[in-house]
Amino acid sequence: MEKVKDLLQMVNIEKNFPGVKALKGVNLNVGYGEVHALVGENGAGKSTLMKCLIGLYPVTSGEILFDGKTIDHYSTAQALTMGISMIHQELSPVLYRPIMENLWLGREPLNRFGFVDHQEMYNKSLKVLQEIELDEDPRTLMVNLTVAKMQMVEIAKAISYDAKLIIMDEPSSALTEHEEQQLFKIIRKLKSKGTSIIYISHRLAEIFEIADRVTVFRDGKNVGTEFIDQLTMDQIITMMIGRTMDEMYPKIPCQIGETILEVKNLSHKKYFRNISFEVKKGEIFGIAGLVGAGRTEVIETIFGMRPKISGEVRINGKLVEIKNPMDGIANKMGFLTEDRRATGIFAVLGVDSNIAIPNYDQFLSKIGLVDDKAVTIGCNEYVEKIQIKTPSLNQAIQNLSGGNQQKVLMARWLMTGPDILFLDEPTRGIDVGAKAEIYKLITMLAGEGKCIVMVSSELPEILGMSDRIMVMHEGKMTGLLENSPDLTQDTIMRYATGTQDDF
Amino acid sequence: MRHQNRLQEILTKYGIVFVLIVMIVAMSMIKPSFRTLNNILNILTQCSVYGILALGMTVVIVSKGIDLSVGSILALCAVIAASLGQSNTASTKYFVNMSELPIIVPILAGLLVGALCGAVNGGLIAFTGIPAFIATLGMMTICRGFAYIYTSGKPVSTLIPSFEFIGQGRLLGIPMPVVVYLIMIIITKILLNNTRFGKRTFAVGGNINAAEVSGVNVKKILLWVYTYMGLCAGVAAIVSTGRMVSAQPGLASGYELTAIASTTIGGTSQSGGIGTVWGAVVGALVLSVMRNGMTILGIQSYLQQIVEGVVIIVAVILDMRKNARKA
Ligand SMILES: Nc1ncnc2c1ncn2[C@@H]1O[C@H](COP(=O)(O)OP(=O)(O)OP(=O)(O)O)[C@@H](O)[C@H]1O
Ligand SMILES: [Mg+2]
Repeated sequence: MEKVKDLLQMVNIEKNFPGVKALKGVNLNVGYGEVHALVGENGAGKSTLMKCLIGLYPVTSGEILFDGKTIDHYSTAQALTMGISMIHQELSPVLYRPIMENLWLGREPLNRFGFVDHQEMYNKSLKVLQEIELDEDPRTLMVNLTVAKMQMVEIAKAISYDAKLIIMDEPSSALTEHEEQQLFKIIRKLKSKGTSIIYISHRLAEIFEIADRVTVFRDGKNVGTEFIDQLTMDQIITMMIGRTMDEMYPKIPCQIGETILEVKNLSHKKYFRNISFEVKKGEIFGIAGLVGAGRTEVIETIFGMRPKISGEVRINGKLVEIKNPMDGIANKMGFLTEDRRATGIFAVLGVDSNIAIPNYDQFLSKIGLVDDKAVTIGCNEYVEKIQIKTPSLNQAIQNLSGGNQQKVLMARWLMTGPDILFLDEPTRGIDVGAKAEIYKLITMLAGEGKCIVMVSSELPEILGMSDRIMVMHEGKMTGLLENSPDLTQDTIMRYATGTQDDF
Repeated sequence: MRHQNRLQEILTKYGIVFVLIVMIVAMSMIKPSFRTLNNILNILTQCSVYGILALGMTVVIVSKGIDLSVGSILALCAVIAASLGQSNTASTKYFVNMSELPIIVPILAGLLVGALCGAVNGGLIAFTGIPAFIATLGMMTICRGFAYIYTSGKPVSTLIPSFEFIGQGRLLGIPMPVVVYLIMIIITKILLNNTRFGKRTFAVGGNINAAEVSGVNVKKILLWVYTYMGLCAGVAAIVSTGRMVSAQPGLASGYELTAIASTTIGGTSQSGGIGTVWGAVVGALVLSVMRNGMTILGIQSYLQQIVEGVVIIVAVILDMRKNARKA
């Protein structure tokens, strides 16, 4: 294999945070026009390394060479001018401003009087959006977009800098099949123009599809770099977790009992209509569909986060009126939301508070005060059970890696001891090892007789875990399928795109 | 190297406490009179009124709110309490034919009015969704107006001796205002750190949407946050009235800003979800020591204001750097 000349060399990078050694001497080389994948467990240090690269964090020690020159002590703005742009793992759109202002934030085109030139901005935005095939008016407010579309805008933004190196930190975690393919098309186009890409993902299948080389991280160190065609999936996983993996989807058939949750003709004024299904005790009920099909909205409505216009929900045969999440929780429901940052984490609060928020009732002392010791014990139990990687319980959750934040939220809802658990993209941004752990947990919960309703864009996950699957297309249910080994991703996709419709 | 980092960490974490200590040590060296027990008790007494406001303000700011009306609420509570606590010997009586009431009546009246005004703030913010800044700005002028109407603009004076005791008496040698302040510190600390209400207040301030999804009754929390703030204003009103043995409607104007300043100097973050009761106490002490010290040194009061402003800004800059380092 020919030697690639390198655009980027990161040599022996170390990065310490108070109490945490996030990077312990990392090396990374990226060639011109190369798609270089980074993989590794949650908290391995991938995002941290990238944040060092774009000048967001100063490195503790080490050397960075970019385009043949040593660079250090630079700001993110300087990194952009040098040609390094990044799509962040955690989105931070300016919600109440239009797409176009988000795209050109900080480099708004000006007219000759020095005022912002909105027409020019609009035209340029249109072009960029066309390039990534996102069919939205640039004047649409960000807040009206789905997470997937926000992600596409973010991608558009990174591209529009004409960077030499584009870092994509889990760009696909909020995307479905279709957009993912669009993203790959964009990446291939960039590559043919000589742009280098660093691609971080927990979806290993993607890496085989798009990457030239892959670097595996473990515990703040790189444990190997290889050409992708010289590795198998299992080899990568073994490198990542330092041992071989047991089965990915540990789904064992559970005792399926009587019907617990019954949804009849549920409609929302905008997002979906006439949704009917039931979920039994011990059952895992998957909801599949493309982004924007209304899957999230359906479960949000059941949980009381959105008002319904008609239809009914029964629990154990009894009609319930759930008007807000408090009612939902009172009816022993739990809800792991899709958008971690917006509706999940309390960024500045500790891991313990984040887990305990809906659960303080369990930890009251005799005189009605919160018993902090009991909270600590309770939280620690889950930290161990699902292996949350955090230096301490009172570490602010914003300092945890994305995957570990997700695990904390999982712990929050598990602790409420729900009968019905809604999981919206439960393994988004979670590494393979932890994913298997979460699947194990879900299976265990089902085994304990809980109902699980899982929305997921990852078809292997849907097929690997569900007992039954509802497929939605544009707000309508198109299929209600019994899972079986014969059921394929293709079949589900046919329902999801509306080509097949049983109702 | 490691050692130095640790020191730096401690310094940034407890920076404001060091500032306080340095101020105290410096003052004691410059002016021996600063060091006297009497002066120390004096400093504590002086900060008790806005110190109590700062306690409530901490709860408010942790919930990502603000309350500009507390000075006015204090004044309203004070004139009402005072009007019910006049002695028979008063030359101008508010309620002409009323005989002396037991002290508990004006106290409860003051607290109740405070809590009610706070509840109005909380209700407006929680149920109409208008920003706290606007709701409390409105209440600020409304309560002040009521205080003036109630008194026709005149002071209410000559109060019963037990009122005087609250302001100037001592319990085990400690001035009563300081005793009340200490009690309020303990109550607020427990409220914020050891009750579900407190934990949920942090959650609401940290991420209101996530709090809602987690089943927190956000409206109820906000209602109680401002009600507690109002209650603190009521308590402060009683202390203030006791200290001056009178009340007048123009009282405590600008105290809301002193309370916000104390809270902020103590490291409570305006972006919500971060704050401690100890911070509010230290912040109030810093202001009090500074004022006392500058007065002893004979620094002109206009200049004092400038220094105070600078201190507030610097404290917040330092505090933000502390948080930035963590991120
Ligand atoms: N600002 C910070 N302060 C303290 N610790 C931090 C901070 N940022 C990251 N860390 C820690 O550094 C380690 C590496 O985190 P990083 O986000 O780089 O992981 P990652 O490989 O991107 O994981 P994921 O796949 O979950 O996104 C983690 O242990 C994390 O807790
Ligand atoms: Mg990451």
